[in-house]
Amino acid sequence: MRQAFRNPTQDHPAIRIALSAVAITFIVLFLLMPLAVVFSEALSNGLSAARDAIVDPDALSAIRLTLITAAIAVPLNLVFGLSAAWAIAKFDFRGKSILTTLIDLPFSVSPVVSGLIYVLVFGLQGWLGPTLRDHDIKIIFALPGIVLATIFVTFPFVARELIPLMSDQGRDEEEAAVSLGASGLSTFLRVTLPNIKWGLLYGVLLCNARAMGEFGAVSVVSGHIRGQTDTMPLHVEVLYNDYQYVGAFAVASLLALLALVTLAIKSLLEWRYADEIAAVHRH
Amino acid sequence: MNSVAIPSRFARWRNPSALPGFGLTLGFTLFYLSAIVLIPLAALLLRPWTLGWDGFWSVIAQPRTLAALKLSFGAAAIAAAINAVLGLIVAWVLTRYRIPGGRLIDALVDLPFALPTAVAGIALSSLYASNGWLGAIAAQFGLKIAYTPIGVVIALIFIGLPFVVRTLQPVLADMSLESEEAAATLGASRAQTFFRVILPALAPSLITGTAMAFARAVGEYGSVIFIAGNLPMVSEIAPLLIVIKLQEYDYAAAAAIGVVMLTISFVMLLALNALQSWAAARQ
Repeated sequence: MRQAFRNPTQDHPAIRIALSAVAITFIVLFLLMPLAVVFSEALSNGLSAARDAIVDPDALSAIRLTLITAAIAVPLNLVFGLSAAWAIAKFDFRGKSILTTLIDLPFSVSPVVSGLIYVLVFGLQGWLGPTLRDHDIKIIFALPGIVLATIFVTFPFVARELIPLMSDQGRDEEEAAVSLGASGLSTFLRVTLPNIKWGLLYGVLLCNARAMGEFGAVSVVSGHIRGQTDTMPLHVEVLYNDYQYVGAFAVASLLALLALVTLAIKSLLEWRYADEIAAVHRH
Repeated sequence: MNSVAIPSRFARWRNPSALPGFGLTLGFTLFYLSAIVLIPLAALLLRPWTLGWDGFWSVIAQPRTLAALKLSFGAAAIAAAINAVLGLIVAWVLTRYRIPGGRLIDALVDLPFALPTAVAGIALSSLYASNGWLGAIAAQFGLKIAYTPIGVVIALIFIGLPFVVRTLQPVLADMSLESEEAAATLGASRAQTFFRVILPALAPSLITGTAMAFARAVGEYGSVIFIAGNLPMVSEIAPLLIVIKLQEYDYAAAAAIGVVMLTISFVMLLALNALQSWAAARQ
């Protein structure tokens, strides 16, 4: 006598189909369609219209500003992340958990507030405003403000990737190297760095994606001077509010491509080097 | 030797270590943290009091401010609740079932982290406008999504989606099937097993993921402002009101709204933390 046996830890086929349908519909409606609409709108007047919007001088200047901003902000946060992870993961000291919490703080601050705090320090009515004006230094509505706001919103990425990873790895290997006479720097370069390189790349990747795509914080400090202080996301906003939809979506599609490349490399790293990047990837 | 025999004051707050670089890395970490995060945040916390308590209160008690705060927190709560349910289903389907394109869907879940918020904003806006792909369908049923509070909720669902899925996935993957088998052996139906065995085990991470989605949604700016329509008292979010106050050079009012947002988020996160440890302790 044969009896149909269903594994008790598996759902009924009808439930499987229903839940899968709900999940796929949700993903298609909320993730796939917004992505598709970006490219579809960008190409709605043909490829050349999209290309024209991208080689427009204002767009090129926005692309340049975005690249410069990321080129300053990402390395600084990289150095900070390495330094914080070395201190926190390789040493025991009091206040360690408070320090770790404080490093995560920028993630729980609204992007707009992230820009606002620098206006309150460096703006004309800010703490240092009058002093800066007397010395003719511009921070708000100029590149330094944009870079500062970008550093703030991407502050935790590298550090929070490296701290759990380096804590897990312990300090035995470094102690062995130092006891054999290696200097601090060569211990770091030859022992620590090879152990953390994929995790580091992972953190830098996410940091860079956010740095190039940040909108709210940068919007507050930029002043929207077209061709001067507009980054790519801000240029998208300007074009969109100007009813230049093809142009807005053309520049947006560059940013969407950046997001897709980021996701592809991220998935590759997670798939290929799962054990060598930290277990904690939550933002 | 003396230095070893007598614990110095220094040694009391940190354990001795053979590794070099503690002073340098911790020093740089603290300097960078203070310069980028702590001092500017202090500027935010101190600024509203230049208005005095009455001035502070009059900014917050304005109907327009209250309406914006209510919308930001209310829409974030609704979006987080929807994400809790749909995120659980997506995480369940991705870890428990084999579906075609599962790996691609899994990679796509991170899109809201990687896609710049301004790009998401214009994409959602054109998707749900009354002549957009989805907005046109909704319009046939007499439902207006873009430029209403429903649009705000849609954008916040998009932005919060990965938090619940990514928090639940590792927990679901690590969950052993034995307790489910035991429940089935003892005669529990699949539904009973889910609600009495699986869901309680998932509760702490479900709460964490939902809280993270909520916290992110409260401060969200870029993806919301394009689809919201930004009608004062109706679809104007609190971060946008901060931007408006800044454009009016009313720094203190902008800071006051920022402080209220930070405080409410902070209190809610504390409450959710307490709830989470309660859920974990009940296990």
